[in-house]
Amino acid sequence: MPEQAVARQDSRETLSFYVVGALFLIVVPLLNVLPAEDSWLHISDFRLNQFGKFLAFAILALGLDLIWGYCGVLSLGQGVFFGFGAYCMGMYLSLQIGKESVYGSELPDFMVWTQVKELPLFWYPFKNFIGGFLGAMLVPMLFATIFGFLAFRSRIKGVYFAIITQALAFAAWLVFNRNETRLGGTNGLTDFKQLLGFRLSDPSTQRGLYILTVLALAASYMLCRWIVASRAGNVLIAIRDSESRVTFSGYTPWKYKLFVFVVAAGLAGLAGMLYVPQVGIITPAQIGVLPSLEVVIWVAVGGRGTLIGAILGAVAVNYGRSVLTNYFPEAWPFILGGLFVVVVTMFPDGLVGMIRKLSDRKKTPSPLIKAEGSTAA
Amino acid sequence: MSLAGIPRKLLVLVVLLLSVLGLCLQSALAADEADHIASTVVSSADPIEQALLDVKSEDAAVRSKAVALLIEKGDASLIPKLDAIRAEADRAIRVAIKPVIDLLKNRANLTSEQSDTRRSAAADLVGTGRPEAITWLEQAAAKEPVWWVKYTMEESAQLIQLRSEDQAVQLVAVKKLGELRSQNGLSALKEFVEAGAQSGATNEQRALAEAAQTSVERIDSWSRWASVMETLFRGVSLSSILLIMSLGLAIVFGLMGVINMAHGELMMIGAYATFVTQQAFIAWFSPEMFDWYFPVALPVAFVTAAAFGWVLEATVIRFLYGRLLETLLATWGVSLILMQAARVYFGDLTAVIAPQALRGGAQVMVGVYLPYNRIFIIVLSTICVLGIYFLLFRSNLGIRVRSVTQNRNMSACLGIPTRKVDSYTFAFASGLAGIAGWALTMVGNVDPGLGQNYIVDSFMVVVTGGVGKLAGTIWASLGIGGLNKLIEPVSGAVYGKVFILVGVILFLQWRPQGLFAAKGRNADA
Repeated sequence: MPEQAVARQDSRETLSFYVVGALFLIVVPLLNVLPAEDSWLHISDFRLNQFGKFLAFAILALGLDLIWGYCGVLSLGQGVFFGFGAYCMGMYLSLQIGKESVYGSELPDFMVWTQVKELPLFWYPFKNFIGGFLGAMLVPMLFATIFGFLAFRSRIKGVYFAIITQALAFAAWLVFNRNETRLGGTNGLTDFKQLLGFRLSDPSTQRGLYILTVLALAASYMLCRWIVASRAGNVLIAIRDSESRVTFSGYTPWKYKLFVFVVAAGLAGLAGMLYVPQVGIITPAQIGVLPSLEVVIWVAVGGRGTLIGAILGAVAVNYGRSVLTNYFPEAWPFILGGLFVVVVTMFPDGLVGMIRKLSDRKKTPSPLIKAEGSTAA
Repeated sequence: MSLAGIPRKLLVLVVLLLSVLGLCLQSALAADEADHIASTVVSSADPIEQALLDVKSEDAAVRSKAVALLIEKGDASLIPKLDAIRAEADRAIRVAIKPVIDLLKNRANLTSEQSDTRRSAAADLVGTGRPEAITWLEQAAAKEPVWWVKYTMEESAQLIQLRSEDQAVQLVAVKKLGELRSQNGLSALKEFVEAGAQSGATNEQRALAEAAQTSVERIDSWSRWASVMETLFRGVSLSSILLIMSLGLAIVFGLMGVINMAHGELMMIGAYATFVTQQAFIAWFSPEMFDWYFPVALPVAFVTAAAFGWVLEATVIRFLYGRLLETLLATWGVSLILMQAARVYFGDLTAVIAPQALRGGAQVMVGVYLPYNRIFIIVLSTICVLGIYFLLFRSNLGIRVRSVTQNRNMSACLGIPTRKVDSYTFAFASGLAGIAGWALTMVGNVDPGLGQNYIVDSFMVVVTGGVGKLAGTIWASLGIGGLNKLIEPVSGAVYGKVFILVGVILFLQWRPQGLFAAKGRNADA
């Protein structure tokens, strides 16, 4: 890619980042508070909450874009890391319910049903917020470190890695569904009441969480930008385009891959942590094979290999989903499946690629130089 | 009055006549009763006829004597008569007659044409506990050609002996049951062991307990063996399902570098094709023809799935050659669409009725029972492997497929139509998935999620086996299927899956390219 083009794209992305960021951070919450309820400008509490959820998903998508779009490693297990983060925060929130629970017990409701008399040991760290916060960040990263170390070191790559992570998502889903893991089984964790003393049912708390999510997304974006722009980022792109050549140049690709995999897992954990208090429930259905794959489609729709594309894709697909499932509940799997096929076969650069093509007809090379597998037999 | 017109004489005559008639009737009835009483007193010439009357007696002693006689001398021809008596008798008599009917029926069934009937008759005779049954069972066992039925007869005879009053007989029976590895005798034997362990036990009881203990141990060690055998069998059965699925995946992956996530749904299409064929047979053919739907469904399933595969290749996959991860995503999208289409069109619960020949199973050893449908799947996967072997290594098409797999460009230069080879191979692999779906209808319901249950495991097989090697796929599916069933009883199905995943990851540490890696210049494919 010529350097000028990179610089121009960068400045454009920066500009749009500030504009959109300000829009989401300041204008949207103001529209929630200021206009009268029946005004067309008004954004209801429900919508605001929904946007908060989409933006949490956008953080998850950023992580996947970092590892897939920039490093060419397709992880089909991001839902698992998301789930770890969400469950850690969910455990903290469950313990905050305290005596307000249905059975009036200090223990979460599902433990009362399943005849658990004492809090299991691994729940103790989640009694305070610091434990929940650190758990939501560190558990996914730690798990990613171990898993990634084993996978990348033995040079499991490309489609093999995708399949292994998919099996991971499948296995995690099975395990979280079990009652004896003491995580609420199929019903998951729900019925949360308060976070750090703020009532979760209060619109102002939800507003605060929304603003927090926007800030977290902005911070994640900056982090990813910084990583991508750094020397390591160049190596990542080089690995994506030709791993063997990077190896022959004296780098150890697996270390870079591991690093970026762990960062992506941390971002997924952060997304999960922000998701739970806003949605109010976390179940194993959120961490299975399909949710993990949906993340991939968000990124693909938005345009992989561009950070803004990941955010755009996550928000657009989820918004489309919330609208469409209202009107045609049975059609959504068709649309999702169709999106997979159409985007992959016809628009490999996604929305961002299309916008770029439309906005400047000059010959800018695709951001996506033939991806992994180009040497495949 | 209306009678006024009738002559008085006539009226008197009628009254007289009526009264005579009434007297006659009364005396006739009385005579009948006398006859009846006489018949119970005067013994009939035929003892069986006599006993048939005696069982209806109010006297319990007479009844039980008659019952004993009927059991000893009676045969199956009495059953309708006994049933008739039972239908109108009161409760005490019904209770008395029931064992007679059971015994006679089961005795007759011991010589039935159907081996299953013979076997269940032998098993049922244990419940009556009558010593007479022992000789019947022994006689029947001597003539029995089917070993499993013969086994049940001998076992039943010994189980009845166990209730004997004579402790010497009991001791023999206890030892015999041990030799027979009788699962059914286990609880009775354990009772003997407990009885012998009590403080007030007699010497005989102790001796019995000792013998029972050895028998129990023998039976236990045998049943451990039997469960190992059954686990192995279940493992092989799961492996062969995985194998049929993975073969198609592996061929396509090796040849075209396509990860076909919709493979499971092609299998689902095969299963639904079988279901539709069945419905067609129900709708259009006579019930006697019904079982023929299953063989007919085989080509239907193959062709339907192959046609879907061919269309899939022509419309989606051919744009994605060389882009492995993209094929994965696009085919995943296709699988979502197919699944939802099946859900919308067929609904959630549809099942296929197995043809007569595939119901039931074979008892190959004491405690080891192999269902026919599982055996069928194992045989089928063996045939598939052989078929694929011949197709790939002994046919013209096979040579082309292998050469394109090894070096696409060079093959094209040598005049092999690589596009056609791709298209045919993909359709063939899809048809293979259809066959897998056809076979799977025998072991489970047909539902839209059918493919999803196996797809993750099948991909693990492909990854573990290495790409483009038949032997790798076979060994990997045997390993993963076997391990799955081996771990299942210990830790449950869920943790079994987790262990398999961990196992595969650790295995890939040691062999990153799978069991049978491509070497040389193809290695970095």
